[in-house]
Amino acid sequence: MHRLHVLVAMDSHTIAQGARSVRDTLVKELALAELTDEVKVVETGSLGIYNKGVVLVIFPDNVYYANVTVLDVTEIISEHFKKGRVVDRLIYKQAPADQDIKVDELDPRFGKQQRVVLKNAGVIDPESIEEYIAHDGYEALGKALTEQKPDQVLAIVKDSGIQGRGGAFFPTGVKWGFTAKTQSDVKYIICNADEGEPGTFKDRLILEGDPHAIIEGMALSGYAVGASRGFIYIRGEYKMSIARMQRAIEQAREHGLLGNNIFDSDFDFDIEIREGAGAYVCGEETALIESIEGKRGEPRDKPPFPGVVGLWGKPTVVNNVETLANLPQILLNGAGWYKKLGIPDNPGTKVFTMVGNINNPGLIEVPMGITLREIIYDIGQGIPDGKGFLFAQLGGTTGGILTAKHLDLPLSVSSLREIGAGMGSGALLVVDDSQCVVDMVKNFVEFFNHESCGKCTLCREGTGRLLEILEKLSAGKGSVKDLSLIKELSETMMRGAFCGLGQAAPIPILGCLRYFEQEFIRHAKDKVCRAGVCHLETAAEIKAA
Amino acid sequence: MSDLSRVDKIVADYKEQKTPLIYILKDVQAEYGHLNDEVLTNVAKATNIPLSEVYGVATFYSLFTTEQKGKHIVRCCNNAPCHVKKSKDVLNKIKEYLGIEVGETTPDNVFTLEFTSCLGLCAVAPVMMIDDEVYGNLTPEKAVAILKDYKLKGVSNA
Repeated sequence: MHRLHVLVAMDSHTIAQGARSVRDTLVKELALAELTDEVKVVETGSLGIYNKGVVLVIFPDNVYYANVTVLDVTEIISEHFKKGRVVDRLIYKQAPADQDIKVDELDPRFGKQQRVVLKNAGVIDPESIEEYIAHDGYEALGKALTEQKPDQVLAIVKDSGIQGRGGAFFPTGVKWGFTAKTQSDVKYIICNADEGEPGTFKDRLILEGDPHAIIEGMALSGYAVGASRGFIYIRGEYKMSIARMQRAIEQAREHGLLGNNIFDSDFDFDIEIREGAGAYVCGEETALIESIEGKRGEPRDKPPFPGVVGLWGKPTVVNNVETLANLPQILLNGAGWYKKLGIPDNPGTKVFTMVGNINNPGLIEVPMGITLREIIYDIGQGIPDGKGFLFAQLGGTTGGILTAKHLDLPLSVSSLREIGAGMGSGALLVVDDSQCVVDMVKNFVEFFNHESCGKCTLCREGTGRLLEILEKLSAGKGSVKDLSLIKELSETMMRGAFCGLGQAAPIPILGCLRYFEQEFIRHAKDKVCRAGVCHLETAAEIKAA
Repeated sequence: MSDLSRVDKIVADYKEQKTPLIYILKDVQAEYGHLNDEVLTNVAKATNIPLSEVYGVATFYSLFTTEQKGKHIVRCCNNAPCHVKKSKDVLNKIKEYLGIEVGETTPDNVFTLEFTSCLGLCAVAPVMMIDDEVYGNLTPEKAVAILKDYKLKGVSNA
């Protein structure tokens, strides 16, 4: 029996801030101090605390230490663990030992949150299937397999109204319906974990913080549509997600929760991980399927949709990580419970990632219908260094542009659609007024140009030409005529590009042009960059050169 | 090129898996460092997949390379969330310290500098990845300090 438990949040964000070396030092020094039998180090997923460096939680003392470095470890051990004296200078939060601190109370940001998908993240050890089971894990699957028929599971998911969290918000139950009614000897479930939309890391933290929820969601999906094989396609760059997911799959097999005759039913289901090799376009579901088939990840013609003709020609459901992680909760608590979260058009919660020029960046889960102002100024605690709000981009680099006049708009799929934007992946990039709009658009287009797969001319050449024009503008060599050229190229791409990448790339370009046309004109005509970001050559300099 | 017989062994390792070409290329690259024409020709023979297709896959994905690279691959992110947190300053300092441009390898073959697309670590932007390790909240000075560390290790392991 251990006297103390030390929780170390180990996700990619904390590791990038040194969590691994703190953990290693802790383990080493505890051994040297001969405290290994008394103090146990436990790794958890993300606590949702991002701007506090490495965070350690000591139970049962209810002490949260923040900004811990390897140099602090000796003091924590000798003072706190040996002598019971809390190290004041490192305290982030503390409560009496007989009272629980809820994760929600740790940070003002948590007040407005409602955690369904993230309910286990930072609470359980993601490498322990026992802890997942202790938090109602695999209960929904057990209930489904022993008490419900596949069409009942499908009906509950349909009735809940859950929509795909990859960004398209297509009703999940309807998607499943196509596959369920297609006759085939083999069907597949694919979890799309090829998260690559800039600013998005929600799937990464679910993969790292609660991998069993994804396995359970996939098994439920397989049962509902009659599939017995699943694939998780994870970005090759997501090393930790792959490792945690692999371990979770092995544990689920050992516990008989994957494999044959799960819960003594006649349902068989198993999952294999497929790693990506670096291609943004593979987040598009048909490109992803091509990639699993060992080919270049270029999108396919649709229709036929993957639900009918998918992986190796068989009916295939492709669902996003966040969608799948919602399913166990929906099946456990019922469609009515889920519908009560969020708003009628878009039930449930949404995981957002707040990034860019914001005081409190990170991952949040909130009900649909929240406003931008609440996210940026309440939860995100505003913009640093007293700077002003220029614009926000919602949904990743293909996302729409939102300006100050949209701050009080309740965010829903339909309210966003009306202003030419969308929820997308839920990445919210906040841009302050020290940034230049033309420079930002150039940055977006650099990304599209790099990630265009090259299959269709409009996207391959269109992104290239757009980049040339924007480079000209930001170097002071552009003209007002270039603005109409940008518009024309963008509109043509939206209409004619082969897949979502080329069709969506112009959204932020046109958005910025619409709201900040003057800034473009000043670059083109007056050779002035308001923010002083672009190095504009004056007419005299151009002549001299 | 050295002994290519290990290509056959890697291909044999995956005979149970359906359409494993990407995995085979990953392992072959780990074994030989890069995927040059000679290696790819052998993969094509061993898998019975046309060379054109193997080459097409090897040149499509950013984690594959057909050229020999440095001992450590430094991948800097310059997507929008890192960009607004001044990733360009970090990149410029790295270029200056290593004396190379993006896409190049240092003369001592220790570092290759590349761009990466978003690594999903935007709450601690700007970020870079060196081999399999990630580093966040970078400043130009911090990035150089990290590279110096690798350089020392690189020399001692050489």
